[in-house]
Amino acid sequence: MSSVESTTVSSPPAVRKTALNAVHREMGAKMVDFNGWDMPVEYPASIGCGIINEHMAVRTAAGIFDVSHMGDIRLAGPQALAAVQHISMNDAAKLAIGQAQYSALLYPQGTFVDDVIVHRLGEDEYLLVINAGTREKDFNWVRDNTRQFDCAVENLSDDFTQIAIQGPKAVDTLQKLTDSDLSKVKFYWVTRGSVCGLPNILIARTGYTAEDGFEIYIPSDESTSARVWREILEAGKEFGILPCGLGSRNTVRLEGKLPLYGHEISDTINVWEAGLDRFCKMEKPEFIGRAALENAKSHVKHTLVGLEMIERGIARDGYKMLDDTGREIGYVTSGSPAPFLKKNIALAYVPPEFAAVGTALKVEIRGQGAAAQVVPTPFYKRPKKGS
Amino acid sequence: MAYPTDRKYTKQHEWIKVVGQQAIFGITDYAQQSLGDIVFVEVPKIGAELAAGKTFGTVESVKAVSDLYAPASGSVTEVNEELATSPEKVNQDPHGSWMVKVKLTNAGEISDLLSADAYEKFVAEEGGH
Repeated sequence: MSSVESTTVSSPPAVRKTALNAVHREMGAKMVDFNGWDMPVEYPASIGCGIINEHMAVRTAAGIFDVSHMGDIRLAGPQALAAVQHISMNDAAKLAIGQAQYSALLYPQGTFVDDVIVHRLGEDEYLLVINAGTREKDFNWVRDNTRQFDCAVENLSDDFTQIAIQGPKAVDTLQKLTDSDLSKVKFYWVTRGSVCGLPNILIARTGYTAEDGFEIYIPSDESTSARVWREILEAGKEFGILPCGLGSRNTVRLEGKLPLYGHEISDTINVWEAGLDRFCKMEKPEFIGRAALENAKSHVKHTLVGLEMIERGIARDGYKMLDDTGREIGYVTSGSPAPFLKKNIALAYVPPEFAAVGTALKVEIRGQGAAAQVVPTPFYKRPKKGS
Repeated sequence: MAYPTDRKYTKQHEWIKVVGQQAIFGITDYAQQSLGDIVFVEVPKIGAELAAGKTFGTVESVKAVSDLYAPASGSVTEVNEELATSPEKVNQDPHGSWMVKVKLTNAGEISDLLSADAYEKFVAEEGGH
């Protein structure tokens, strides 16, 4: 049995900053408090940015995001796989070394602790990358629910500056800065290589944008972080790279129907409601939440649908969903203009009988019902190469 | 920035340009900068009665919804239809993009509003962004 004891990680202090905070401010970014983190929401128009331009850069060129606020938990040891299998709903046994998968940590009720990307870094070594707002909660959850396994659980969240380079030109941009042959790294696989002269950097072909792209994990000291950030921007200049904030991060993930914790997934929503069935491997004999999910399958009370506004108006987070008699039937989890699609879109929870594509519904905007329609999701899918 | 002197300003970052008994309303450069990319402008119909200091519509950026406050009281005589299809014009030319034209009921209300100079000072104190 592993004898590694770590103290319970307590609640975070007032406002936290990533190592790139000074760089964002220097670039003139508009800053916002995101789950206790002082983060850029968008960069200034004077450098060609702003949410819409940043969004379009991700879709047509490249965008670079500081995502260091996200958390990193490492599980290593002879029973690391068993530990991951117990807490994660997807099947980590399917991961080859260097492969990653989207998954979620569930409560016994089958609802979400968090969504996560599980990376298999070694024979018995896994890295879980988790949301910023749930860093402490997740670490405590993972540590408390894997004590019975011979496996060390480490919180590496502060050790890394995590930078995401996303978009069709992300690979060309990053290739200029690494000796790794990125053409050999398939989507949702990782490698290690030198980046900007730094040795042995974890390079993952992952992201939260529904585009091709990479996430790199570099040392979290300020000067290294700032240097790498600037070198990526320089390398990507010829392709039209832009620095991107949380504003465009949200509009981009929404077009791709990627869930956001606290919106589409939470501790009161289960896997079936959220439509994340394909990442939940019920054929695994055991994982936390499995039993409750088995029972919940037959009585799903509400389901996540994609909406497009038909009448003028923007559906926003928390707005009520109405049926055509004006009766309240659900709510919007995330809603916004979609800059690439040039539509106003939203995700919402409604009872299953209203979930069919084509169903006409209303969104209550400032006291009035505005017409919307259920549409297929994801709203956006990146074009296949060579097609 | 030097704000145009042919009009007055409110602390809610609207401007009002008066021509006799008619007034034109819009939002300032500071407002459009703070909002970011504007994607939606909602203004009342012709004939609507507006009251000074009360909300008369909304302007939405990608991320947020912002109320518009009437700089003066009156009834709406004209609405800028262009903003329904091209709301970004407000970002591109905030002082040239008007939202509504209003027949004032009490032109005296304007005297309480800020001059270009006073508004610039007000923004300098408020801003720093």
